[in-house]
Amino acid sequence: MTRATITFAVLLALAVPLSLLAGRVWIDPATTPNAALILAELRLPRAVLALIVGAGLGAAGAAMQGYLRNPLADPGLFGIAPGAALGAVIALYIGATSGLVLPAFALAGAGGAMALLSLIAGRTSNPAHGIALFTLAGMMIASLAGALTALAISLAPNAFAMSSIVTWLMGALTDRSWDDVMMAAPLTLAGILVLWRAGRSLDALTLGEEAARSLGVNPRWLMAMMVLGTGLTVGTGVAVAGIIGFVGLIVPHLVRPLTDKRPSSLIVPSAMAGALLVLVADVVCRILPLVTELRLGIALSLIGAPFFLWLLLRMRRGLT
Amino acid sequence: MILACENLSIQRAGKRVLENVSCGFLPGDITAICGPNGAGKSTLLSALGNLIAPETGEVRLSDKPLPEIHPLTRARNIGYLPQSGEIGWDVSVANLVALGRLPHRDAGIAEIRQASGACGLDALQSRPVSTLSGGEKARALLARVLAGTPQWILADEPLAALDIAHQLSLLEVLKGEAESGCGVVLVLHDLGLAMNHADRVLVLRDGKLIADGAPEEALSPENIAKGWGVNARWLGEPGQRALITDV
Repeated sequence: MTRATITFAVLLALAVPLSLLAGRVWIDPATTPNAALILAELRLPRAVLALIVGAGLGAAGAAMQGYLRNPLADPGLFGIAPGAALGAVIALYIGATSGLVLPAFALAGAGGAMALLSLIAGRTSNPAHGIALFTLAGMMIASLAGALTALAISLAPNAFAMSSIVTWLMGALTDRSWDDVMMAAPLTLAGILVLWRAGRSLDALTLGEEAARSLGVNPRWLMAMMVLGTGLTVGTGVAVAGIIGFVGLIVPHLVRPLTDKRPSSLIVPSAMAGALLVLVADVVCRILPLVTELRLGIALSLIGAPFFLWLLLRMRRGLT
Repeated sequence: MILACENLSIQRAGKRVLENVSCGFLPGDITAICGPNGAGKSTLLSALGNLIAPETGEVRLSDKPLPEIHPLTRARNIGYLPQSGEIGWDVSVANLVALGRLPHRDAGIAEIRQASGACGLDALQSRPVSTLSGGEKARALLARVLAGTPQWILADEPLAALDIAHQLSLLEVLKGEAESGCGVVLVLHDLGLAMNHADRVLVLRDGKLIADGAPEEALSPENIAKGWGVNARWLGEPGQRALITDV
């Protein structure tokens, strides 16, 4: 157990029970009528889903920054989140939104983006060009999926479909059930496990691609692990919660000073910190006294952007 | 355990950068690869580490072609120090050196301590690499290679950008490794260092091997004229030679 894992474990242990009580109506388990039902069927699945989505995004962000050796990398770069979003938007466009149909469409979108990415970038004959080609292919897939999503919005058959697409894209955890949890939990956990397994290879990449290969790292295997791991975590996250930005970018920065800076030691604490951040942001969405609930994606950007700026200012002071 | 290449030809971006190079390396020797810029020195070193696939020919370790050796076994036997000196994250010196143990999949505490000691890093263990001087960083990167206890050390310009004291201290470490039976292959630009410290010198020009032998012979004024197009002569006694060029 490192300092970072202990810190975030303690914070999570405090935040989870509090988050269950917090909402538009604060629950006092002793006096609120139907408290047990509200907790078990509404708040608990929502909290668990927030933890799952956040953990996946945090772990994917940490692995991604390690893979690209760039602190600005974000899981969105690979085009998997936009691919998943496109899948979901198609479901909304054709009105197939019942039960788990929409998440299934989103997962198919994520899978499509992953397959396309592997097809393009997995075929490079010169491994030295692998990561650059991979990133560029991911960015192109992201912009293609983005363009198709915009096309779907502009061609929406009616105002209702258009508004439901736009609202969905902003991300939320409202009205989710245990079904969503059952679908998301195993996929996200599998994704985090894959990324965690890649940790050793990511550590070797600290020395550059050539040195990593000389240490026995297989670049194709690593690329496959990254596609699979981010695909499972980010794809599932988008499938159940829509586009949730910022977590993958910001969380590794938050966690890195608490670790020894090796990419492998960042993945698990980042998963925990991501879980915490999304859980807290979702609580903020619930308790703000607005007419309609603030969307989670917006809340995270509202919290995330100023926080990130503060972090940058503090880093700058540390440098001078 | 002998490292050898046979009829090695390599193309990069459509250009033939190595042509029919055959040479063998002996454990316990320090072999310097010299040649003008663009002669194919780094390419040859990369090929010896199986980091670049040859167009024709092959590299063998103990008579087994490198691609047939499991990557982890190869990594345990051949340590490679790239020229870039890249360190992507601000890890501590201890964690940097420990990366050398990755192919062994163990903690390797004793090996890491030994490598750190050999490179004079004992006092720097917990220092973040961003706070190291150029010389300290070069020593830490070499210690990373030594921590893997390889049979072969391939280093691309390990002494470039170091002051003379650091060059000599790094060379001492490499000589110690060679004395303990390790094969050391270095790409060197400084012909004086190659002349005085290598057991054997290979000279490349335009991808072809034009000389291979003891330093006095491989770096003779004739070969320097042939390789670099420079008229030069050596002064001093063997082991303490200095190169004088006619301007």
